[in-house]
Amino acid sequence: MARDTVFGGARKSWKRVSALMRKEFTQLLRDWRTLVMILVAPLLEMFLLAYAVSLTVDHIPTVIADLSLDTRSRDFVNALEISGFFDVDLYVADESEVIRAIDEGRARAGVVIPPDFSVHIERGDAQVLLLLDGSDAFTLQSGYGAALAIAQAQATELMMEKISRRGAFDIGQLPISTSTRILYNPDMDDMTFIIPALAAMLVQVVAVGMTAMSVVREREVGTIEQLLVTPVRPLELIVGKLTPNILIAAIDLACVILFGNLWFGVAFKGDLWLFVWLSLVFIISGLGLGLLVSTVTRTQKEAQQATAVLMLVAMMLSGFIYPRAPMPPLVRAVGNLIPLTYFNNIIRGIVTKGVGLTFIWHDTLVLIGYAILVMLLAALTFKKRLD
Amino acid sequence: MSDDIAICTQDLVKRFRTLRGMVTAVNGVTLQVRRGETYGLIGPDGAGKTTTTRVILGLLKRTAGESSVLGYDSMRNTYEIRERVGYIAQQFALPADLTVQENMRFFADIQDVSAEEQQRRIPELLEFAGLTHFTKRLAGRLSGGMKKKLALACSLVHEPQVVLLDEPTLGVDPVSRREFWNLLGNLRAEKGLTIFVCTPYMDEAERCSRVGLMYQGRLIAHDSPKMIKRLVPGRLLEFTPSNFVPARQIVTGMEGVLEVQTYGVMLHLFVDDVARRRQEIAGALAAQGITCVGMREIEPRMEEAFISLIRRQSDQSHGV
Ligand SMILES: Nc1ncnc2c1ncn2[C@@H]1O[C@H](COP(=O)(O)OP(=O)(O)OP(=O)(O)O)[C@@H](O)[C@H]1O
Ligand SMILES: [Mg+2]
Repeated sequence: MARDTVFGGARKSWKRVSALMRKEFTQLLRDWRTLVMILVAPLLEMFLLAYAVSLTVDHIPTVIADLSLDTRSRDFVNALEISGFFDVDLYVADESEVIRAIDEGRARAGVVIPPDFSVHIERGDAQVLLLLDGSDAFTLQSGYGAALAIAQAQATELMMEKISRRGAFDIGQLPISTSTRILYNPDMDDMTFIIPALAAMLVQVVAVGMTAMSVVREREVGTIEQLLVTPVRPLELIVGKLTPNILIAAIDLACVILFGNLWFGVAFKGDLWLFVWLSLVFIISGLGLGLLVSTVTRTQKEAQQATAVLMLVAMMLSGFIYPRAPMPPLVRAVGNLIPLTYFNNIIRGIVTKGVGLTFIWHDTLVLIGYAILVMLLAALTFKKRLD
Repeated sequence: MSDDIAICTQDLVKRFRTLRGMVTAVNGVTLQVRRGETYGLIGPDGAGKTTTTRVILGLLKRTAGESSVLGYDSMRNTYEIRERVGYIAQQFALPADLTVQENMRFFADIQDVSAEEQQRRIPELLEFAGLTHFTKRLAGRLSGGMKKKLALACSLVHEPQVVLLDEPTLGVDPVSRREFWNLLGNLRAEKGLTIFVCTPYMDEAERCSRVGLMYQGRLIAHDSPKMIKRLVPGRLLEFTPSNFVPARQIVTGMEGVLEVQTYGVMLHLFVDDVARRRQEIAGALAAQGITCVGMREIEPRMEEAFISLIRRQSDQSHGV
């Protein structure tokens, strides 16, 4: 008897969910303009952003003060040039002139090699001072990363100083985490790092935006009232509404990864199925976030703006552009609220480094926890009533 | 509670918290709708009709009081209610980018109507609503009247025992309005459907078996239309004065004139004694050089009764 009602309940429940899914799919396919937008926009954005982000990082005008002028110091400067990251077009006498050159905008990076460089290298305590223009985060990050890798190759310790030009804002501490970047990116090829993270970010925007918009639209035009007055349960409504979105976001992710592979030559190194499952978790957490956005916004316009803000925050704080390690704790905490933060490490790990779960289990656990939590929260705030 | 009651509220209160403080939209409404009757909740804009309906359906949380449908409590047994009632929201609330057929199918599935039943009922309902030739048209592209008919058809697809219709003829032309009410009449006659309908139109109220007059969140009267009209004291005299404004001023203070209402270019006077006052009024106006055209006694309609009751209510609440 009790079993009967449970079973009957499950059957009815499934019928409602599938009716909702059919409705959502029909509406989605009917609105083909939006569908095309959702599928094509990420590709376009990837194309533009990939170049915008990567074009700023190499050929940094560099000033050198070589106080040793021996073979080892010349090797070091050579290595800087060969990397393609530094264009050495100015030699000066000492550190103060280096600073002046950067201050005056004649160079964006400076390297000071102390006297007796060869001797120190033999002894294993060689140091080089790298000065970077702190007004440009891209230069700061890639310059530091590149110099660090070169220094390591040359058995040299890198000292670091940041110069803030007049009027330039202070970026904060130095990006230590870039060292790993260079380690796993021996070709200095930024695309392999940018593309996967960019793909993740674009898909997150689609997942959050699409979900928030579809729920808010339903409320704005009033159809939610006619839906709520049926026996549909809030959870069924969520599942029915989100399933098509999962599919769209997954197709989107596949498209951008494929595009990154074909156009930018970013190879997929890791385990495909691991990636599929974790992407699913990532997408679900994005949809949950979208539901939460829909509960705090009332109009489609507001939802759109909230999504845009979220995208900006994700871009800045998830470790996509700026390394997270040097961020102040509070700012980093805000970044922790975004699923992209965890997925960035996962997607870079799987796609670029080809590592398995053993290396990314921490981010994976957090992401799964996040997905569950955000869905629970969304289900709780998603009422069976209008108020 | 008796089995005979379809909808019941007891001292129902609903307050909204807004930026400007609390708004009491429903203020102690007690009403009963019997099975099989057509109950009209009538009242001007902002009276609280929609809010009352939504609370009854469990779409809004009530602040105080009780409300139930078919014996199920609006808040506690919401889903039992939702399986057994049909509802048309005030504004068009069906997915506009689904076709007529898709809409019918969607609501049938949601309400767990079996495939065989759908095969039978959907064409029947579409026929009944006059939408048979529009099955492939998007709901958003239908005319105002057809939208309402589609909404009605969708709300009936699971054969509910009760339907709640919130201003179902809003924005519908007079011919379609008449058609719509004929549909409701058929439903009531054939299926014994209980109909709860909110409307600001007095002519629609006349078609109800009982009406509740709602004003500023309160139910100021509830009875059959016939009895409501009897609540108004006196008899009704109608005429068209040649000079409207002074005529109204003159008659307002006269002895035996209980109430003055304007109706277009006509004046409607409630008087205690038609034969006597008729002469006096015509005389008083003639003395000021105002002639009266077509002076006659008419049956008070819901409209006059309604205005009169509202006026009395607001006089009371302002302490006059
Ligand atoms: N969600 C809400 N938040 C705040 N106030 C509300 C809300 N819904 C309704 N109200 C207020 O409650 C009162 C009653 O509104 P309601 O919509 O129930 O009236 P109505 O009789 O249906 O009128 P109408 O003919 O305009 O539909 C109005 O003053 C309205 O402003
Ligand atoms: Mg209303």
